[in-house]
Amino acid sequence: MASIYQYYAKWIREGKLKVNSDWNKDLKIKFTVQDPCQIIRKSYGEPVADDLRFVVKSLVGEENFVDMAPNRSNNYCCGGGGGFLQSGYADARRQYGKLKLDQILATGADYCIAACHNCHAQIHDLAEHYEADYHTVHLWTLICLSLGVLGEEERTYLGPDLAEYGL
Amino acid sequence: MGEPALKLNEQESRFLNKVAEMLPEGGNLNMCLTCGACCSGCPATGLENMDPRKFLRMAALGLDEEVCSTAWVWMCSLCQRCIYVCPMHIDIPALVYEARAAWPREDRPKGILGSCDMAMRNESCSAMGASPEDFQFVVEDVSEEVRENQPGFEDLQAPIDKKGAYFFLNQNSREPVTEPEEMIPLWKVLHMVGADWTYGSAGWGGENYCMFLADDENWKHIVQTSVDKVHELGCKVFLNTE
Repeated sequence: MASIYQYYAKWIREGKLKVNSDWNKDLKIKFTVQDPCQIIRKSYGEPVADDLRFVVKSLVGEENFVDMAPNRSNNYCCGGGGGFLQSGYADARRQYGKLKLDQILATGADYCIAACHNCHAQIHDLAEHYEADYHTVHLWTLICLSLGVLGEEERTYLGPDLAEYGL
Repeated sequence: MGEPALKLNEQESRFLNKVAEMLPEGGNLNMCLTCGACCSGCPATGLENMDPRKFLRMAALGLDEEVCSTAWVWMCSLCQRCIYVCPMHIDIPALVYEARAAWPREDRPKGILGSCDMAMRNESCSAMGASPEDFQFVVEDVSEEVRENQPGFEDLQAPIDKKGAYFFLNQNSREPVTEPEEMIPLWKVLHMVGADWTYGSAGWGGENYCMFLADDENWKHIVQTSVDKVHELGCKVFLNTE
């Protein structure tokens, strides 16, 4: 049993995934990352929180990464977990998620990386509902963007700044 | 002496004690210092006029009917931050989980219930009800398109039931069902590092809404279906893709 974040980190360290952040050197697009409760606090803790940050910094550049506060095992749940997304209590779910929204906005990031599906759906919905300015992306999208192999149809969650980058 | 403000249940029959008996160290459910660290750091505080400390104190007072009927248990995301910050490491989420389980199954939220029932329809255990055949069709169709149209990926594979593969991958149902092109970047990464991997035709669904529903039997069934498939194929690592 393993989280793919651990392997992304391993493959980057071993040189099998030749990602770099050169593409973002001049663009200076800012990224933050959601620590999924299930993976970080509830399962693997700090070592995988470290892996996740190593992967993200390798992809976007250390200077373009802004952590939320609080973070890692102490991070707030996005409000998509535990079945909340399907519970029918949408107003309560968005009220719950307001804390996450404010956390993301406080980072000033253009993108929130959410590598967990529940988190991705909820954080994406929060931006739409509260008309916030950030985009919500999967980790795999950024890995392929950095490697220059992200296809035309694989860019649903990128903003206009990256929609055509590297095509 | 006037009438008591609260009519308390008999100590031994209380919901809190029943849950404590199920947990290692009783989930520390009787150790609350009432400090409030749990509720001050809980995003669900205030919803339904409830918070984790209040929920636990109500259970400690034996207000079982209120504890087992508040809709708040479906607004707690079981994220365990309350345990993380609690000086006594009290397992409030386990108490919430059992309060969910105390609801008659048909009264639990329809969306969660429906997603659990969908997962029971076939061996995929997908909360969106996608069959093994649907899954196989989408995976083959999308990977074929990549091989034909994307230079450098003529050899890209997305195997299902490949015996002896090192990694067994799960896949959230949302991708094959509603946005299949989102699977492509993941496959590309695996291809570029030369990973030996496979999906399973059974137990590939990455979500488990029966767990959220507090339906223990079907929660176990979903996990067991994946585990059995991993063993049948002889895979070494179950790789969670989210």
